[in-house]
Amino acid sequence: MGDTPVHGSVRLTEEQILLRDAVRVLADERVAPRAAEVDRDGEFPQDIRRLLAEHDVFAIPFAERHGGLGADLLTLALAIEQLSRACATTGLMLAVQALGAIPIQVGGTEEQRDRWLPGLASGERLIAFGLTEADAGSDPGGIRTRAVLDGDEYVIDGSKRFISHASVADYVVVFAVTNPEADKPSRRLSAIVVETDRPGFRVTRLEHKMGLRGSPTAELAFDGVRVPVGNRLGAEGQGFALAMQTFERSRPGIAAQAVGIAQGALEAAAHYATQRRQFGRPIGDLQMIQAMLADMDASTEAARHLLYTACQEIEAGSPASARWAALCKLVAGDAAMRVTTDAVQVFGGYGYVEDYPVERMMRDAKITQLYEGTQQIQRLIVARALLAGS
Amino acid sequence: MRILVLTKPVPDPAANAERLGADLRLDRAASPTVVNGNDEYALEAALQLVEVHGGEVAILTMAPPNAIETMRKALAMGALRGVLVTDPALAGADLPTTVRVLAAAAAAESFDLLLAGLDTSDGTGGAVAAGIAARLGLPLLSAAARIEPDPAAGRVRVRRLSARGYDLLEAPMPAVISGTQALGTPRYPSLKGIMAARSRPIVTKTLADLGPGLAPEGGAWSSRVLGVEKPPSRAAGRMITVPAAEAAREVADYFVERRLI
Repeated sequence: MGDTPVHGSVRLTEEQILLRDAVRVLADERVAPRAAEVDRDGEFPQDIRRLLAEHDVFAIPFAERHGGLGADLLTLALAIEQLSRACATTGLMLAVQALGAIPIQVGGTEEQRDRWLPGLASGERLIAFGLTEADAGSDPGGIRTRAVLDGDEYVIDGSKRFISHASVADYVVVFAVTNPEADKPSRRLSAIVVETDRPGFRVTRLEHKMGLRGSPTAELAFDGVRVPVGNRLGAEGQGFALAMQTFERSRPGIAAQAVGIAQGALEAAAHYATQRRQFGRPIGDLQMIQAMLADMDASTEAARHLLYTACQEIEAGSPASARWAALCKLVAGDAAMRVTTDAVQVFGGYGYVEDYPVERMMRDAKITQLYEGTQQIQRLIVARALLAGS
Repeated sequence: MRILVLTKPVPDPAANAERLGADLRLDRAASPTVVNGNDEYALEAALQLVEVHGGEVAILTMAPPNAIETMRKALAMGALRGVLVTDPALAGADLPTTVRVLAAAAAAESFDLLLAGLDTSDGTGGAVAAGIAARLGLPLLSAAARIEPDPAAGRVRVRRLSARGYDLLEAPMPAVISGTQALGTPRYPSLKGIMAARSRPIVTKTLADLGPGLAPEGGAWSSRVLGVEKPPSRAAGRMITVPAAEAAREVADYFVERRLI
């Protein structure tokens, strides 16, 4: 398909275009042919992980001194978008690596960054982000996992649920209660990097999901896991703030995944409309199909532009970063769901079967309305920002 | 080892946007370009050779000035520098001129091997490598499927594709080698390679930089395109719908009738 149109207030730099196009070629030629298999097999595609590592795709969100490309948030979003256009599981691989690294980049000391980030930038190591628990999803105030200081070690007990990549990761950034007596729930948590080979760390189950089936989502148990105090990111009690700061930079990644999924579905539907013949002509000649395709394109492009603007605002340090992150995730997630549902409609019965990619894209799209904050939480953030300013 | 690879920008077959100019030659500004496929195979072989033997790969291109963008793609794969010969007088250059100019540009570089694709997907002349070898008085090893240099001995051995398998050719270096996809699949540039390629040098040379006697006499090329015709469309294929065993016999008979087997 043609070049992703770029106009309006967002002009991509030459560097952003080069990197985006390189990732697009990888996505089209190497990732897309594996997408259906990855979905069917439900196994984490290590071959694709190696592919991304070999071509420095994991390096995008890391500083050059850590072996990264030193690219900005928009460049990361462009890469996630291109990967997700072919395979949402693959897009998430990059998004989660970036997500897990943000608390280290934002809250870590120089020593901690040097210790963990180079392995993540090269893709040799994978990281996961462990916030959610069975009874603490939208409300991290309900987190029960405890980390108790014992000499120069924390002893962690508890469990986590819905943790992407935790079963294949080398590290999990665990958010645990270290200050239960703090006056506010938001001051009770600390972020601690837990190496997954530590005794007492266990993956207790993997979820069977509707979509993103190649991306493992794990339930974790921590039974007296001992971790050096030097693995804590930032000060004690800063975990909640660190998680919220992380979401300001990670939600655009999910929005990018959503835009990519929508774009993939749009392209598949437009192509199908030129091939499928009914009433003696391609269904693309029918105005009802044309209207659906036009609406799909409009939704996708609108979401894309909000995403690109949000990335630039956040990168520039906008005081409204939380709002921008929530806005782009909200709009892109809803666009992806609508566009993929309509893509299935354009395909008719063929859209409902595995022979074509759109049913997979529709299943994959749904998660973008759920994780890294449900759409309802995004609205809450946007409304709060709006009302606080009035 | 120093390896010079000819890399020609050709119209991107995926873009399907070739147009003819007023002179009935390809309008090179009309279509996005990519590195010629066979040249990419040669470049991949060159990169693998320096990975084993050390040294550097440089690329040489004769094209309009906008070729730099396409050359960057070759640099992103791992070539360290580029030479672009570009001159308004070269627009529409024919094969002998191309050979003369590229030979002069190559002679200004020092190399152990000059690699090129067997032909290019736009011109399909397939004579440039041979022409350069002839002009420079160097051995030509064509249709290479594998290249095995022995830098210590100053010799190179090539497996050349032949109708019956391989011919083994050996020659002293420097030598000119042409090849096809049998040389191996070109690598995807890594993102770091792409970033590094932006700062790798591409030297631009004009005809005057390469010395006298290269421009066409009187400014006119020795060949002109008089007319263009589309090839006749192919007749519909013959469908064989009988059971497999019978079909196999029919297919075999078809080939035998035409003395193909």
